[in-house]
Amino acid sequence: MTQSPDLASDRRALARLITRIENGDPATRDLVARLYASAGQARVIGITGPPGCGKSTLVATLARRLRIRQTPAESSRPHVAIVAVDPSSPFSGGAILGDRVRMRDLSGDAGIFIRSMASRGALGGLAGATADVVSVLDGAGFDVILIETVGAGQLEVDIARIAQTVIVVEAPGAGDEVQAVKAGILEIADIVVVNKADREGAAQTIAALQSALDVSQPESAGAVAHKHGALAGARASDALRNTKTEASATGDAQWRIPILKTVALSGEGIEAVLTAIEAHAGYLRASGEGARRRARAVEQDVRARLADILARRALATIGREQYDALMAATVARAIHPAEAAEQLMNASWGK
Amino acid sequence: MTTSTQSRPLRILIAKPGLDGHDRGAKVIARALRDAGMEVIYTGLRQTPEMIAEAALQEDVDAVGLSILSGAHKSLLPRIVQVMRERGLGDVPVFAGGIIPNEDVADLKSAGIAGVFGPGTPIADIVSFIREHTPAHH
Repeated sequence: MTQSPDLASDRRALARLITRIENGDPATRDLVARLYASAGQARVIGITGPPGCGKSTLVATLARRLRIRQTPAESSRPHVAIVAVDPSSPFSGGAILGDRVRMRDLSGDAGIFIRSMASRGALGGLAGATADVVSVLDGAGFDVILIETVGAGQLEVDIARIAQTVIVVEAPGAGDEVQAVKAGILEIADIVVVNKADREGAAQTIAALQSALDVSQPESAGAVAHKHGALAGARASDALRNTKTEASATGDAQWRIPILKTVALSGEGIEAVLTAIEAHAGYLRASGEGARRRARAVEQDVRARLADILARRALATIGREQYDALMAATVARAIHPAEAAEQLMNASWGK
Repeated sequence: MTTSTQSRPLRILIAKPGLDGHDRGAKVIARALRDAGMEVIYTGLRQTPEMIAEAALQEDVDAVGLSILSGAHKSLLPRIVQVMRERGLGDVPVFAGGIIPNEDVADLKSAGIAGVFGPGTPIADIVSFIREHTPAHH
């Protein structure tokens, strides 16, 4: 692709570009780089949580509400992109991407673009290409990007590198207090949502999450914070885009993770989630944490890509026989995998 | 040694147009295609032609499979092909399965449905049909 198509209006071109990025097509590199340069304007929200907690329904409800809540004028409504990731089968490499089932009601809205992605072997809850796809959507002019991770438990924390605000969704009865304290993904939460809050056990789930959060942020008196403190800064009229509006009125140096109750299916509690998202944007700006997070994420991204390039270059210079011999020796436990990797690196070095 | 070139999974939309009350057949096909290494975007029940065409566009699929039991295939399936053509997706093959009488197959094919698979069609036939009809895998 030699010139940048008008991706915001040409949805087919955008969809095709995403496919080529997923497939690692090197011809997209220049265009992706140009879009990266103009990205950074969108609000990027990650939604994660265990399977069955209602992530897709919550994403759909958030998207719909974002579209209609502020301005009645069609032309000034924020454009929303949804990237929904589901796992690839480790056996066949295929996948069933079913998140659109819960997003059926969004289908007629030309201001919403939904793309399903298979994880294709990546283990962190996203696909390897998700970061580039998000920056393309951002560069193409989408105002809000909602990323739904695969059903996640304790390891799938890559979303924290890509999203500015991470929402961890739980549902009543999904886990006892020990699960909540063990808290893999809870550690990356900026906002905790207890969905299906009309079900039995919601109060216990909230209490367990609250005590887990109190352990990790002891000074916060979180139970009080989620009722009034941290959220006071955001006005509902604040734009969601990262324009340089005034910071959150409280100028919070600390963020207290709110625990919010929703019933995504009926829309109950959704407005409070959007208000918390705006408050978090204010916090990220006022505290400088947004810039620090982005710097860390960029560094990790560059290092991961460096590791990938080095591995590909090393493998490209090594003969099939030598490679097979090393693998066989490792399988036979004659050498340790670390030693095998070291030998591969050394063998390719200087070639 | 060169690293193995990443295979590019085919992306297939499986959709249920019309008012069918269940989607067991569609789910069986979806699983079978997944097991054949394809990425299946599944839309769920009660999709309009416009919803199906828009999902096919956004997901940039290589083929669209429609499962229909309600008897409305003679009106719905040609309409889906038409809406897809209007959105520039005329090159995306569409196939159909479900309850479709043999005497309707010729009409559906002339309306642009590339393949029609009745109950009991071996999954392998559908898989090879898709592979044959998506050679120019962009």
